[in-house]
Amino acid sequence: MNLRPDPTFYATAELAMKAPAEKLAFTLMLSPDGTKPDGLAVVDVNPKSKTYGDILHSLFMPNLGDEFHHFGWNACSSSLSPLTGHAFLERRYLIIPGIRSSRIYVIDVKEPLKAKIHRIIEADEIMEKTGYSRPHTIHCGPEGIYVSTLGGGGADGTDGPPGIFIMDCETFDILGRYEMDRGAQEKGYDFWWNLPRDYMVSSEWGLPPQYENGIVAEDLLSNKYGHSIHFWDLRARKNVQTIDLGANHQMALEIRPAHDPAKEYGFCGVVVDTSNLEGAIFTWWRKEDGTFEAKKTITIPPVAADPDDLPELLKGFSAVPPLVTDIDLSLDDKYLYVACWGTGEMHQYDVSDPMNPVLNGKIEIGGIVTKTKHANGKEFGYGPQMLEISRDGKRVYWTNSLYSTWDDQFYPGERGAAMVMADVADNGDFTLNKDFWVNFPKGYRSHQIRLEGGDCSTDSFCFPSV
Amino acid sequence: MAALWGAVIFSGIYHGFNPAMGWPLAVSAALFERKKSALFKATIALGIGHLLSMLIILLPFSILTSFIIWESEIRIAAGLLVMSLGVYLLINNRHPKFLARIPPSKLALWSFLAALAHGAGLMLVPIFLGLCAPEDFDTGHQAAQTLMGSKIETALVVALIHTLAMSFIGAFLATIVYFWLGLKFISKTWFNLDAVWAISLILVGAIGLFTAINHA
Repeated sequence: MNLRPDPTFYATAELAMKAPAEKLAFTLMLSPDGTKPDGLAVVDVNPKSKTYGDILHSLFMPNLGDEFHHFGWNACSSSLSPLTGHAFLERRYLIIPGIRSSRIYVIDVKEPLKAKIHRIIEADEIMEKTGYSRPHTIHCGPEGIYVSTLGGGGADGTDGPPGIFIMDCETFDILGRYEMDRGAQEKGYDFWWNLPRDYMVSSEWGLPPQYENGIVAEDLLSNKYGHSIHFWDLRARKNVQTIDLGANHQMALEIRPAHDPAKEYGFCGVVVDTSNLEGAIFTWWRKEDGTFEAKKTITIPPVAADPDDLPELLKGFSAVPPLVTDIDLSLDDKYLYVACWGTGEMHQYDVSDPMNPVLNGKIEIGGIVTKTKHANGKEFGYGPQMLEISRDGKRVYWTNSLYSTWDDQFYPGERGAAMVMADVADNGDFTLNKDFWVNFPKGYRSHQIRLEGGDCSTDSFCFPSV
Repeated sequence: MAALWGAVIFSGIYHGFNPAMGWPLAVSAALFERKKSALFKATIALGIGHLLSMLIILLPFSILTSFIIWESEIRIAAGLLVMSLGVYLLINNRHPKFLARIPPSKLALWSFLAALAHGAGLMLVPIFLGLCAPEDFDTGHQAAQTLMGSKIETALVVALIHTLAMSFIGAFLATIVYFWLGLKFISKTWFNLDAVWAISLILVGAIGLFTAINHA
């Protein structure tokens, strides 16, 4: 407990944008075959430093086969609402779930270069207290730390639906399930919310048998992956509305609400439209009567390709789907960045008018067919994937691995971990930074990035940016 | 006597300054609705909740105090109760989880329960009992009923003055933040008063206990 609110808590997104730039990034490293322990890399992102782009410290876990994926902070700007009673928490711990092992690590990064394990919560305990497995997204909110999951009980995680559970934000004890009425929600993935407006939005990927051993083509072509988003009365813990985006919109993943809570809209990325292989972004919004609506506002077409250049999975289509695997919104709610992991492109949309996004910039790097090299001449394996934007919106970082078994299907062979960065000029120009490049240890892949002091997919703000 | 009324006002100012008692929510309401009047509406909602939270504690005590013969026992028990809550809050500084489940739209309910959970009403009890002390009333010539009536009146006045002081300060802070200082002020001026709060309860309880024993 602090005597003052943590200096990295900001009342508004606007105040967070004016905060000092990040000097360190935390990046997850995973061993794709589980032969080495997964780890957390602390990366120097201070351009004035002599060790710019170097991994300054690595912390490896004491277990094998965790498969690190997403992670989050124990506390964020949401603590500044008097309603929560958590104003004096420290942003100090990273909560890292193993998506395969269902284990959760609580890492103390008070001294980032001496990051250490604070607590390990085993899968059994999570299962016993919640009935859930495969923890995924982490958000800190009114009742503590919320964790979404992808699996239920049983060996393959299909015994009961997955859902969200809550952890105590001080002791990290598992408190129990979030849902009191899950309605039509049967699959899990991401979630986020508008705290003062008291609603939450959640999305769907697929059940563990649909992803753990690789993408199941039959399931995809018969539209069996998730294609709905759910709207919840946040504090009543009740699913109040489910919007089916259409069965062809397979894998509704990242939920990105506007950061300014006065705005009642947000975005959701869809990996692939099975009717035409397009990638899609939906804009969802809350209407005057309190109900929600969603509309497709961005489509990204597939690119024709010679079957010889394609992996087994795609040969029959003679095309590369964009595969929209991650999206992220800048804190001023102006730019939406969209990772096209298949075609090897990072798109930047101006979403000042959320119903009419305009493509403002594009960086080509990696890709199944194009295999575009980095501006520094180095090979960038796989495609642009997990992305994170700096608080001030001037730097966009990304890595290249999606999920171990899916990487192997779309990009056979070991292609190496990467983490790169692009600059965003004051006028919005989006260009790859030639100087920033991170060398990861051999045999590892890189996944989600978190920035020191918060970034564009962690903090929830309780006050409008006026 | 004047010191006790001073304490009623001072405790109101103290509660009003603490962001945890809700004034940032009044700023937030004005920003969301884009009109100044929302700031005052929110302050009033917070005030109503706080007032009820004071009354629900003070009224039972005002009825108890009509049992004149147990006057000092009641004051001793009240002092001990307030002190033990203070000790409890000092040891266990965790916030009650149920408060996080109240919808942000129900400001009065939140304010009522937040004040109740933190013993804001109990903090006033020893002060209130001091104000009700027999030497300040001509008890010999008053029927029990009118005595009780006057104590209920005192409880109402104490709760009202305290809440007005709190709301005045809260509205003042919310107004200057809304019009001039900006939301940065919230995190800049928020101090962790948990320990101070708990110690205040212990002190107020101890003073109540001490004066009760001296009287007996």
